[in-house]
Amino acid sequence: MWRTADRALIRDIAAIVAADCFVGMSFGAIAVASGLPLWAAVAMSILIFAGGAQFLAASLVAAGNPVAAVLGGLLLNARHLPFGMAVGDVLGRGATRLAGSHIMVDESVAFALAQPDPRKRRAAYWLTGVALFVAWNAGGLVGAMVGSAIGDPGTFGLDAAFPAGLFALLLPTLIRARDQSAAAPARPASTGGAPAGDGTAGGVTAGGVAVGGVTASGGAAGSVTVDGGAAGSVTVDGGTVGDGSGTGRDPAAPWVAGAGALIAVAATPLVPAGLPVLLALAALGLAFVVPVRKAAVTC
Amino acid sequence: MLIVVILLLAAGTYGFRLGGALLRERVVLPAPVARLLPLAAVALLAALVATSALTEGHGFVGVARPAGVLAGAVAAWRRLPFILVVVIAAGTAALLRFAGVN
Repeated sequence: MWRTADRALIRDIAAIVAADCFVGMSFGAIAVASGLPLWAAVAMSILIFAGGAQFLAASLVAAGNPVAAVLGGLLLNARHLPFGMAVGDVLGRGATRLAGSHIMVDESVAFALAQPDPRKRRAAYWLTGVALFVAWNAGGLVGAMVGSAIGDPGTFGLDAAFPAGLFALLLPTLIRARDQSAAAPARPASTGGAPAGDGTAGGVTAGGVAVGGVTASGGAAGSVTVDGGAAGSVTVDGGTVGDGSGTGRDPAAPWVAGAGALIAVAATPLVPAGLPVLLALAALGLAFVVPVRKAAVTC
Repeated sequence: MLIVVILLLAAGTYGFRLGGALLRERVVLPAPVARLLPLAAVALLAALVATSALTEGHGFVGVARPAGVLAGAVAAWRRLPFILVVVIAAGTAALLRFAGVN
């Protein structure tokens, strides 16, 4: 498996894994600083292993709304269903598939889809997934220990780090970047992959990571964009694979994001904690106002 | 309570992961559903960014945190690496509080 993965691929994977290790650290620190016990932060990183959902659940649990934490986290992670449908072939069978499913994150899926042949797909998927799992949990543990030592998150501005990090993960899905098309040269993973990289695992794997907008710049394979995650629209070297709309970024995304943010903030003084975030789903109505086909015109 | 939240979320997430792999030969998601799933995630995350940047409990959080988040957002907009986005946001908020602005 190691021999099938070439140097450029390993370098790209390492860059994203390093960035995600830091995001995992932020998660541990923020979770503990917002009132979760250390064991809970560690258990979430090991058992859930999806950055965006972990951040969401930690903040909702801290706000006293466990039901919203479960529902919101599951909603965020529903994108793994189409992910599995997209890369199920690299998982193998039996016990291998059971283990491989757990390391299915935005990054491992993006890297797998970037590879031209099945053997490389498999190597890229497992390499990324296993490395991320180790880095994410090591980072999470260190962050949680540091977070417990810090005490008040406000002192070091950790409370501002979380929304900012989440914004960075979300950003690639909101702006129509210059180099998002598959025809454009692959951008460096340090700037392109890293912010999107959490989402997921970070996910903030989030987003970005978590929510799609994960851009993995594979050397020889060209650039592959897994956009919007669940849509499963994957563009490889100019050709479109997958069952998504094929238009890449959903033109409704910025509108849905803006409306969702407004709804949540407006609802905060009025309804119980945790609920404002879920009410933001009403913004999905805009998806029916902004047609998919618009992308073909504006891109 | 906390352990139940974690286990439910972990089990559900794993279910999605394995379920997709198992279903892959049998089912094709209808296009509208496939489109709404990522948009739902976008709405949730944007709401989370806004509420965690601006509010605490049922009110406005103050100046330091939103200012820090804004600094981080600008860094993200300028495509600085993730680590810098987080450090700039935290550093700005921490400096403001150190200077007595909260």
